[in-house]
Amino acid sequence: MDDSEINSTDINLGGMVLKLEKKIERLTLLLRLDGELDMHTASMVRQAIDIEIEKRGIRTVILNFQNVRFVDSSGLGVILGRYKKLLPMGGKLKITNAPPHIYKIMELSGLPKIINFYMDEAHAYEEGRGA
Amino acid sequence: MKANQLSLTFSSISENVGITRLLIASVGAQLDLSLNDIEELKVAVSEAVSNAIIHGYKNNPDHIVYLNLDIAKDTLKIVVKDEGCGISNVEQAMQPAYSTDPERMGLGFVFMQSFMDELQVESTLEVGTTVTMIKHLKQTPISSH
Repeated sequence: MDDSEINSTDINLGGMVLKLEKKIERLTLLLRLDGELDMHTASMVRQAIDIEIEKRGIRTVILNFQNVRFVDSSGLGVILGRYKKLLPMGGKLKITNAPPHIYKIMELSGLPKIINFYMDEAHAYEEGRGA
Repeated sequence: MKANQLSLTFSSISENVGITRLLIASVGAQLDLSLNDIEELKVAVSEAVSNAIIHGYKNNPDHIVYLNLDIAKDTLKIVVKDEGCGISNVEQAMQPAYSTDPERMGLGFVFMQSFMDELQVESTLEVGTTVTMIKHLKQTPISSH
């Protein structure tokens, strides 16, 4: 209980909303995204992740994309940026539950060549555990 | 398809990028495009409008971006125009992975090119940039139902 917490942050109260649900367990941050990931919401995602890396020493970030309805190059940029930040720290970034039309955009960008994708959160947690 | 024109003039703030996607999605639905085509149009418009705000206006919210949609019998033309700083080397800017910001992937033009049938970029330093994108509309057979 002490080292895990759940909270939700609303990003932008306008029409295009991205909701974030954070769950922290030991050195792993799980972020469930719900909405659209573009230049407007990307900076908030960046802040949400970076603050946990810097303040809590988070080294594994799992992004659940199940409820992401849109992503463009600004959204992909924030993912790539977190990957680049974690890499020299020995950290990892994992993506789960990417819907087909979102995965298609990611594939076109070459992201799956450097970032591991998992079918669900359980598989993402499992891989690398105890290693 | 009935000829149709729509124009949206908006402040260079990031909140408006989502609104331009709503507009193109509505037009795409009206044109009976597939969901996949609509998703691709949304990405292309999002990239062009984001470029105008981020690069053309350097994220300064006090400028205006122009979006024009021109629907003809067999084409959908999308024009995104800014009156910002312009691009010094358009050819270089359109290369994959070219980006002025390490956090960005330099994929904006790649997505526009992949998802549209034609892409044209005209830019003059200190005058602005106009991105013209064309999607060919398939003629729907009369007995499609």
